[in-house]
Amino acid sequence: MRPLSRRHALAALGATGAALALTGWSDGALATVQEAADEIAKFTGGKAPVKAKITIELPEIAENGNTVPLRISVDSPMTADDYISDVLVVADGNPRPGVATFRFTPMSGKADISTRMRLAATQNIVVVAKTNTGALFTGQQQVTVTVGGCVG
Amino acid sequence: MAERPRIRLPKQAKKGDVIEIRTLLPHLMESGQRKGADGKVFPRKIVNAFTCEFNGRLVFSASLEPAIAANPYLQFSAKVEESGTFRFAWTDDDGTVITADESITVT
Repeated sequence: MRPLSRRHALAALGATGAALALTGWSDGALATVQEAADEIAKFTGGKAPVKAKITIELPEIAENGNTVPLRISVDSPMTADDYISDVLVVADGNPRPGVATFRFTPMSGKADISTRMRLAATQNIVVVAKTNTGALFTGQQQVTVTVGGCVG
Repeated sequence: MAERPRIRLPKQAKKGDVIEIRTLLPHLMESGQRKGADGKVFPRKIVNAFTCEFNGRLVFSASLEPAIAANPYLQFSAKVEESGTFRFAWTDDDGTVITADESITVT
């Protein structure tokens, strides 16, 4: 709900007098990590995903947070019996953690998706994939954001 | 108001090929976070859903959040077993659905 990056919030907190007015904002930024965890728990139904099979391609340093390229591929045969059905992407340092949910079918051929996202600040991108049989996999990567995007 | 989507995919493929599809829809993707000069927040208006069907069967779909960048770009794959038509559909927060069709010859 806030167009303020964590960096800006912290800088503002450092400034005398601004601290009181802005405490609520910094709480907001920190709460996102918890919200991201909640979002993931909703997706997994509380089951712990295995750290495997997911490749995340992200720039190490994103100069422009308004458009950060992201590619995700999940290793899967993508047959009618064994395929990746859902892929959840969350960003734990944005005002809201959700980025997207992608749904694949055996007709997708590959569980591979590229898009561009907005990132408010340096943070972790967490990906959780679900197979048609309910197996869960996860992967995570940090991205350094030089200039935050004006995000949601 | 809505601009035409841009779609790239091969015109021809061999049976069983996994082809690459690139789509981009010109759209502001107003996040609902941004404030104008008057301090008022611009109301959220994004494309929140995307689907790709081939000959009426679902290939790929996505739910998008405001953290997807303006002019939403999606690149994904499809396995083609027969000639036919892809239908792409983007759903705006206001309920508008923008669609586009592209056909492919599979030999």
